[in-house]
Amino acid sequence: MTRFGVYFRSTVGRKAVAAVTGVVMVLFIIQHALGNLLIYQSAANLNRYAAFLKDKPGIVWPVRIILLAAVGLHVWAVLSLAAQNRAARPVGYAKRTPQASTLASRNILVTGLLLLAFIVFHVLHFTTGTILPSTHMPMDVYGNVVRGFRIWWVSLFYFVAMVGLGMHLYHGLWGSPRTLGVENPYAPAHKPIPQIIAIVVWALFTSIPVAVVIGYLHL
Amino acid sequence: MNLTLYVWRQPAGSPSGQLVKYDAPDISPDMSFLEMLDVTNERLIARGEQPIAFDHDCREGICGSCGMMINGVAHGPMKGTATCQLHMRSFKDGDTIYIEPWRARAFPVIKDLVVDRGALDRIVAAGGYISVSTGSAPDGNAIPVPKTDADAAMDAAACIGCGACVAACPNASAMLFTSAKVGHLKMLPQGQPERGRRVLAMEAQMEAEGFGGCTWHGECEEACPKEISIDWIVELYRDYIWATVVRREERAAEAAI
Amino acid sequence: MELKSKVPSGPLQEKWDRHRFEMKLVNPANKRKFSVLVVGSGLAGGSAAATLGELGYNVKCFCFQDSPRRAHSIAAQGGINAAKNYQNDGDSIWRLFYDTVKGGDFRAREANVYRLAQISVNIIDQCVAQGVPFAREYGGLLANRSFGGAQVSRTFYARGQTGQQLLLGCYQALERQVAAGTVRMHTRTEMLDLIVVDGVARGIVTRDMVTGAIETHLADAVILATGGYGNVFYLSTNAKGCNVTATWRAHRRGAAFGNPCYTQIHPTCIPVSGDHQSKLTLMSESLRNDGRVWVPKKQGDNRPPHAIPEDERDYYLERKYPSFGNLCPRDIASRAAKEVCDEGRGVGPNGLGVYLDFGSAIQRVGEAKIAERYGNLFQMYERITDENPYKVPMRIYPAVHYTMGGLWVDYNLMSTIPGLHVLGEANFSDHGANRLGASALMQGLADGYFVIPYTIGDYLAQAALPKLDESHPEVRATVAAVTERTAQLLAVKGKRTVDSFHRELGKLMWDNCGMARTAAGLRHNLQRIPELRAEFWQNVNVPGSGAELNQSLEKAGRVADFLEFAELMCLDALHREESCGGHFRTEHQTPDGEAQRDDANFTYVAAWEYQGPGKAPVLHKEPLAFENVKLSTRSYK
Repeated sequence: MTRFGVYFRSTVGRKAVAAVTGVVMVLFIIQHALGNLLIYQSAANLNRYAAFLKDKPGIVWPVRIILLAAVGLHVWAVLSLAAQNRAARPVGYAKRTPQASTLASRNILVTGLLLLAFIVFHVLHFTTGTILPSTHMPMDVYGNVVRGFRIWWVSLFYFVAMVGLGMHLYHGLWGSPRTLGVENPYAPAHKPIPQIIAIVVWALFTSIPVAVVIGYLHL
Repeated sequence: MNLTLYVWRQPAGSPSGQLVKYDAPDISPDMSFLEMLDVTNERLIARGEQPIAFDHDCREGICGSCGMMINGVAHGPMKGTATCQLHMRSFKDGDTIYIEPWRARAFPVIKDLVVDRGALDRIVAAGGYISVSTGSAPDGNAIPVPKTDADAAMDAAACIGCGACVAACPNASAMLFTSAKVGHLKMLPQGQPERGRRVLAMEAQMEAEGFGGCTWHGECEEACPKEISIDWIVELYRDYIWATVVRREERAAEAAI
Repeated sequence: MELKSKVPSGPLQEKWDRHRFEMKLVNPANKRKFSVLVVGSGLAGGSAAATLGELGYNVKCFCFQDSPRRAHSIAAQGGINAAKNYQNDGDSIWRLFYDTVKGGDFRAREANVYRLAQISVNIIDQCVAQGVPFAREYGGLLANRSFGGAQVSRTFYARGQTGQQLLLGCYQALERQVAAGTVRMHTRTEMLDLIVVDGVARGIVTRDMVTGAIETHLADAVILATGGYGNVFYLSTNAKGCNVTATWRAHRRGAAFGNPCYTQIHPTCIPVSGDHQSKLTLMSESLRNDGRVWVPKKQGDNRPPHAIPEDERDYYLERKYPSFGNLCPRDIASRAAKEVCDEGRGVGPNGLGVYLDFGSAIQRVGEAKIAERYGNLFQMYERITDENPYKVPMRIYPAVHYTMGGLWVDYNLMSTIPGLHVLGEANFSDHGANRLGASALMQGLADGYFVIPYTIGDYLAQAALPKLDESHPEVRATVAAVTERTAQLLAVKGKRTVDSFHRELGKLMWDNCGMARTAAGLRHNLQRIPELRAEFWQNVNVPGSGAELNQSLEKAGRVADFLEFAELMCLDALHREESCGGHFRTEHQTPDGEAQRDDANFTYVAAWEYQGPGKAPVLHKEPLAFENVKLSTRSYK
């Protein structure tokens, strides 16, 4: 096996792949969440930002390809790891009392699958307008957002998916630097950082459908 | 006090078993958990039934033989304690106690609560040592070791190989066990020459045995009777990446994995 | 039977070097043609198996536990001695030798003890190189402490887990050889008999404890490193599985048993709490560095310890042994505790305990310092007793801990059966009538790493062994005997459990062959033990079958052997009409209650030869010559 072959075979290697791709996605998500803040400035600013991005295929497409690859590698790595982990205990316990694991850590696969479904939905909804085409108007991102979230089940789905994202980040961000061996194990002060990021990201994303539903954002 | 036990009974050679209910009356709070099982076994034998098989030896928390899931917690409710050092005063009169064997694909059940933990030996055999044949050692004081490093090595080396980390891990991973040995030896100057090779080979063996991987649940650290820190797994990951990405001489070691 | 100690000639300091040169060597290319069986995987067996594997021999190693790392060496807490003199406090090989001979009450073989002291320095080097995380000073060099009965700091330690760390070092070396293919490890495998062909040890018969299969293993030499027999007392600090079976079976096949009555009672153990008690827990002797031992002056004083004023406390060790005080050797401290309890001044629920009080040490250096030194021990104590030793004095009582007796071996560690070598606690050789603290680990590793690898080569180079296979009548007879005995144990199906017999035997031994022994008590035992044995074979209940994991059957076989061995132990104790070290005969004491040796008549090793079931064993004597130290009365006053 080549020197880097272990990154496709061993659990440590595949976890490193998952961690690196996870970090790539988190960086995108943070950028996305900050970009979203423009919605609170004005409809025009948000739409101008969207037009600006649309105007730069030389940036957008490489980013999209990198993200697509990251999602693909991440999903492949974690699904194969999860299968291996599941196989490691064919007979379970009749009684089990968790001592240290969290809801987020135990359900990371569930929240991950939820996010995968969400991403597909999200792209088909806001990017391509394939879902609910009647609410979609090209170049009017602001309008699309408000029209979209006025549909109760869309808002609910986004809300639930963002809870999933928060939980996924809450545990994933805690684990990733450890998986990459870069977290200083003797620095307990670092422990809350991933939790803070997870909560902030969750709050930023969730605020938009909430703002639409309560009427703060309107056409 | 009087207790109700649900104990996993699995006949030798049988692929399956079941929880069986036993009454355990007149248990003294001064008994250890294993003494409670001794008393139960004496009663079972008197009734003409087969006693419950369980591994145990030193009964002072150091040999690592004993270990069972007690009410869903590896080694029971007292933190930092092996089953043999758990005393019945940790339970109340009238309690119901579920007792199950360690569960992992790599730990097949032999009988009742006895499992085969040979996989842990094979992980050590894969590289958990410093290759120094008898007689070839320099003077003990020839290489000074900073006290903090020696102390950290000792923290990791305190592992008793009981397998509680595997039993407690939702993924049945032996990562805490493996990282404790990797960590112990990497902290010492004597452990440096084989450092990269060791981590690659031990990790590969761990997977070959059918253990799961780590997903940072932290259950292992809670279950460990020697309270070995999960931070040793971070150290293992760091060495692993370092061994594959940075250290060129580790190419030679790739033959081992 | 003739006891040839084979101690080399020449001055004491040169014996081992000269012997190493004179011994025959096995050609490196021939080593893999020789097969060696190592029974036991503790410090002695594990180190021997690893080292012989490194040398290229074809080794099989056996242990009854599920992993070689679980051998009971792992439980040793305190440390390992070595004459490094790193502390510049006057230590030397000669001083370690002298201390060990004197500590053993002049009942050990000088040449063996000197070799042990010589090798001690190599052991530390080897262990450091293996990665044993010994305690260190801030400068990065090895730390030492003083330990039980020594006036120099020569004990190396790894927190309170020295035995564990040394064993793990040796276990890792062993696993390295397992991976290299030179050692084959047989775990969960118990030796049940020795195969002797034409008077030479050629193999063992084992039971696979998982499948129940009785198997034969043939080889060119057999090494027993199966530990001591302290569990003959039922309650001891030994692990539950420790047993005499391997050495007793070898004894029945012709190996002389040396000094079986020499047992060590450790003074600092947690007292018995009730009938359910399954084992006793040792608290490291190092506690006596800071703890003060006392009992109330008045008999039957039931006040809690803090309510007893200072002038009504009897710090009896400090009173009786002013120069060593609380640090006097184990046998002396144990006997003194028994004495005060016999006077009715013992403490705790059943009056079998004395206080080990850290009050003044905590006052002197503070609770934090004491916690740093003994934190894990205090925690262990609190877990077991539910009492906080920082607030309430610990209660301690002596418990059986180590057995100095064992199979008789010559200087090459070979028993009276050619080809059968015995290492570590299983042999009788180095500690005389009493072992000093931190010397057991030293002996186990000395035997395994540095003695047997040389001496077994000398044996193999000259043995000229004929080919042997399993069809040999002796081999088949041994297998048949083991199979039949196992079937017999299962066939009795009586009324009493194995443990109930073991408890009863243990009580007989503790009462009459324990800390103090009388002729009357020993005679009582010699009458009672055969009766108990007869009842065992008629009334024991071993449930289940032999063809599976059957822990009751395992115990039954071991207890059956204890029931035979106990008789020999009492016989030896009765014949030794003197007090020495751990063997205290009430009839032989000085007016102030100290052990009184009889050097004129008893300066010898008692080696007993088995004569057959129901027949009295024959006593052989190996005289002990002290050419380098002067016999003196041990005094720690």
